[in-house]
Amino acid sequence: MTLPLFFFYVFSVIAVASALMVIASRNPVHSVLFLILTFVNASGLFMLAGAEFLALILIVVYVGAVAVLFLFVTMMLDVDFAEMRSGLLQYAPIGIVVGAIILLELLLVAGSFALAPEVTAIAMVPAPDGIENTRALGQLLYTRYVFLFQGAGAVLLVAMIGAIVLTLRHKTGVKRQDVFHQTGRSRAEGVELVKVKSGQGL
Amino acid sequence: MDFVVSALDYLLGIPIFGWGYQVGFVYKGLLFLVGLLIFTAYILLADRKVWAAVQVRRGPNVVGPFGLLQSFADLLKFVFKEPVIPASADKAVFLLAPLVTSILALSAWVVIPLDAGWALANINVGVLYIFAISSLGVYGIIMAGWASNSKYAFLGALRSAAQMVSYEVSIGLVIITVLLCVGSLNLTHIVFAQQQGGIAHMLGVPWLSFLNWFWLPLFPMFVIFFISALAETNRPPFDLPEAESELVAGFMVEYSSTPYLLFMLGEYIAIQLMCAMMTILFLGGWSAPIDLPPFTWIPGSVWFVLKLCLVFFMFAMVKAFVPRYRYDQLMRIGWKVFLPISLLMVIAVAFVLQLTGWGWHGGAV
Repeated sequence: MTLPLFFFYVFSVIAVASALMVIASRNPVHSVLFLILTFVNASGLFMLAGAEFLALILIVVYVGAVAVLFLFVTMMLDVDFAEMRSGLLQYAPIGIVVGAIILLELLLVAGSFALAPEVTAIAMVPAPDGIENTRALGQLLYTRYVFLFQGAGAVLLVAMIGAIVLTLRHKTGVKRQDVFHQTGRSRAEGVELVKVKSGQGL
Repeated sequence: MDFVVSALDYLLGIPIFGWGYQVGFVYKGLLFLVGLLIFTAYILLADRKVWAAVQVRRGPNVVGPFGLLQSFADLLKFVFKEPVIPASADKAVFLLAPLVTSILALSAWVVIPLDAGWALANINVGVLYIFAISSLGVYGIIMAGWASNSKYAFLGALRSAAQMVSYEVSIGLVIITVLLCVGSLNLTHIVFAQQQGGIAHMLGVPWLSFLNWFWLPLFPMFVIFFISALAETNRPPFDLPEAESELVAGFMVEYSSTPYLLFMLGEYIAIQLMCAMMTILFLGGWSAPIDLPPFTWIPGSVWFVLKLCLVFFMFAMVKAFVPRYRYDQLMRIGWKVFLPISLLMVIAVAFVLQLTGWGWHGGAV
């Protein structure tokens, strides 16, 4: 056993155990926290495989951004555990049927899975020799497939703008603060010097 | 058994007595950690002293000469108090949150090079590692706010999480502009790039090496990074996460004694990390400001710490004389000012580098 193999087992055991805890734990927030632990361990596995860029991007994107949103949503949920458990027996058969079908399909796919011979020759190499894999990925994405990659980015951008447009509502009659207007106020329009006679007020 | 021997040698090796072939990682790590924690104690004291000096007070001056032992007295005070855990809190997550904050803050330091080859781990994706670790930092805050089971803490956590996530975006884009100029994600390479090329070389005065550093050609990015670093580490004027006076300490409101100490420790370590990042990205890391004998005799690590202290002095001065931002203005400046400017700068820098062929290609193959 070598040191990387030892760490492989450590990471994978923790990843599988915490993935189990994601579905086993009662509290949904604990589930999300275990999901984050799974992500971190998966990125450890990527790191061991020599894909350090993918490992860290996994943490930055999934753990740093996506899982934070998950956590926000689940923290806001008002979960009634008693009510959640009441329908368990009723829905369990359907769940088991769906799960069994997916398991069967997965087994079928895994059984007939094979790599093309020309791929198998290079499949074990995460990056060409002498090139760090950040650079290798950059050359692939930004040089060779630059138009496809930018096209995918544009599609995502359009989807994001679409979501914003769908939910954006302009309300009239709302007092808004305009910072330039606020800071651009001069003394003349902000302050008025008044002579108050004693005993009279304004 | 072979792997046990090699692992033990890697972790605990002592080459002197014939017990191994290399100095164990544990010793290097411990030395670095202890040094960092003692430095933190004095950075904290310096922060309070600078703040006091601006307000024409004396600051802490009772414990030890000039108050030099104040931080250690505070440490003892925190540790010997009783940690109060709210009755309805989620105990495990409540205690995990400060640990997550402080351990993540400490673990980012493993890739910081104090001098050429002095980084504990000189990895090729050092910048990305620091970025990933600091994006994990938000979990300590969310977990603390949720586990406290208190409305104040929860709202405080939401506020801080939104702030940290927003400013991470502009920090990421600033880092990208520096990376474009360097062509490598390795922190050591970033410093090499600033030593081996730059404005001083173009002007024909290579000994004026402080002109070489990226703060000059990327000055707007330098300013944006400094302000975003203030917001990312919850320093005033962006200290809305805590805001002791009006928002009752935000997500930390239920914490006391050692867990609270761990939060404060994590915060100050993260502040120093940001100072170190500014030193590496923009101020030439460990290189001397003028490449002539009296300056080059001073070791690089000393220059690094001096620059770190200079950046921290700026952090402390900002704390002392800038009033706290309003929350909506904080969000506005992050998303509507910094994000477009840094995005435009990424494009502009990329264009200039592509057209002129400037930039450092030492990391290229």
